[in-house]
Amino acid sequence: MTEVLLEARGISLGYPREQGWQSVLENFDLQLAPGEVITILGPSGVGKSSLLRVLAGLQQARAGSVSLLGEPLQGPHPRLAVAFQDPSLLPWLSLESNVAFGLDFARQPTLAASERRARIDHAIEAVGLQHAREQYPAQLSGGMAQRTALARCLARQPQVLLLDEPFGALDEVTRADMQQLLLQLIARHNTAAVLITHDIDEALLLSDRVLLLGNHPARTLGQWHIDLPQPREQRVEELGALRIDILKTLRRASRTPEPSSEPMPLPSETAHVPGRLHPHSS
Amino acid sequence: MGKHAIHGALGVAGLFGLILLWWLGVHLFGEADGLSARFSPQATLGSLIELLGQAEVYEHIWVSLKRILIGLVLALLIGVPLGLLVGSYRHLEAATTPAFQFLRMISPLSWMPVVVMLMGVGDQPIYFLLAFAALWPILLNTAAGVRQLDPRWLQLSRSLSATRWETLCKVIIPGVLGHVLTGVRLAIGILWIVLVPCEMLGVSAGLGYFILDTRDRLAYSELMAMVLLIGVLGFMLDAMARGLHRRWVHA
Repeated sequence: MTEVLLEARGISLGYPREQGWQSVLENFDLQLAPGEVITILGPSGVGKSSLLRVLAGLQQARAGSVSLLGEPLQGPHPRLAVAFQDPSLLPWLSLESNVAFGLDFARQPTLAASERRARIDHAIEAVGLQHAREQYPAQLSGGMAQRTALARCLARQPQVLLLDEPFGALDEVTRADMQQLLLQLIARHNTAAVLITHDIDEALLLSDRVLLLGNHPARTLGQWHIDLPQPREQRVEELGALRIDILKTLRRASRTPEPSSEPMPLPSETAHVPGRLHPHSS
Repeated sequence: MGKHAIHGALGVAGLFGLILLWWLGVHLFGEADGLSARFSPQATLGSLIELLGQAEVYEHIWVSLKRILIGLVLALLIGVPLGLLVGSYRHLEAATTPAFQFLRMISPLSWMPVVVMLMGVGDQPIYFLLAFAALWPILLNTAAGVRQLDPRWLQLSRSLSATRWETLCKVIIPGVLGHVLTGVRLAIGILWIVLVPCEMLGVSAGLGYFILDTRDRLAYSELMAMVLLIGVLGFMLDAMARGLHRRWVHA
C-alpha cells in the first residue's frame, strides 16, 4: 500500500439553521499520496472552500477526521501550506517580507539565518519575481501578487500544498502561466497538492486525480485518474472525452430528485478513456 | 509627473492669490498710512524676516512644538490601547460610543477654567487640554482600524500557526497603524488649533503667548507675522503627518 500524506475520512459540512442543521457536504473521503496532485472540482455552493479549510486545520468539520502523516490534524500545521483565493498579502510589507512572513513564527520549525535567507531567495526566484522583491503589494499586478502568495507557501517547503482557486481572479493568459508554474514547482519539490476549482479545464490540465463534488447536499459524484504526461495542452482529444464524461456525470446527478433520507447508492464513477486513463481503485 | 507639476503650480498660484487678496483688502478698506497699513503683507513680511533673525522667536516655536509633541504622545499612549480594546469588543464599543461622541463634541477650550482651577497655571493644564483634544481622533480611528482589519490577514496568520502575540504584533498592530496615522494627522490639525488659545493662559512662552505679547506691545506687523508663521508651521506639520501616512500605506 502506498504511503498516505493527508487523509480525510467521512467529512461532513453544514451550517446551523433555525431548526436543526443544513447539510452542505456529506461523507467526503480523500487520500493524498506523496507528489500527487488532486483536484476537487465542483460547482459553487458545494462547500469546496470550507472543505479546504477543514483539510488545512482552519475549521472544524461537522463530522469526520483529517490526519496528516498518520497523526490527527488538530489545527494549522507547519507541513501544510495554504494558498487562498485571494493572495492575502500584507500591504505594509515588501514582496520579500511577504514571502518571509511566518517563517520565524514560534510554532514554525526554527531556521538558521542562512537557511532562511536561502529559502526566501529560492522561493522568489522560483516564481520569477527577483526584479520586484523591494516592491509593495499595491504596486503588484494580480498575477504578481498571486505569485508572491505562492512563493510564501514555497518558502515554508511544505509537504502538502492546499490551493483554493488561487487563479480564479486572473485573466486567461496569466492564469495559464500560473498553472504551468505551479506544475513545475510541484514537480521540482515533489510536493503533493490539493487544488480546489470550479474550472474543469484547470482540473484536467493540472491533476493526477479529479474528485467531482455535486448535488445537494454534496457528495463525491466520481473520481478520475489522469495518467497523461505534462504538458497536456496538446492532448485535446483525450481530455475532451474526459471533459464530456465529467459533465455528463454532473448533469446526471443534478437530474436526480432531491435525495431522500437514505444515502445515494451510486457507486463512484470511473474514467474510461482507453489507454490513457484508468479507473481509480483505492 | 506632469499632473503633479500642474497641481503643484496651481497650488502655488492659489497661495499667491491669497496674498494678493490680503494686500487688496488692506489697500482698499484701510486708510493709507493708518493703523491698517501695519497689517499689510509688506509690513508683515518685513517683520517676519526681522523676527526670524532673532533668537527669541525660535524659543517660542520650540516651546509650542514641544507642547504639541507631549500632548500627542499622551493622546497616543491612552488612545491607541483604548482604541484597540474598543474596536475588539462589540459590547464595549456599544457601551462607550455615545459617551465618546459626547465628550468629543465639547470644545477642549471650554474645560480651560476647570483645568486651571484644578491644576493651576503653567504647562500642566496645557498638556492636559492638548491630550484631551487629540485623544478622540486617535481613539476613534484606532477602533475603526480594528473593525476594518482584513479578515484574510487574520486567516493567513492562523494558517501559519501564529500565536496570539504574533498575530497582535505582526498583523493587528501594523494593520491598524494606517488608521492610527490618519488619527494622528487629524489630531495634529486639532492640536495646532487648540494650542494657540491654550498658550494664552498665563504661560510666558509659546506662539500663543507671543501673539498676546505683540498685541500688548502694539507691534501689529509682528502680530501678523506670527499669524503667518503659525500658518506656515501648521502647514508643515500637516505635510509631515501626511508624508508619514503615505510612507506607511505605500499607496
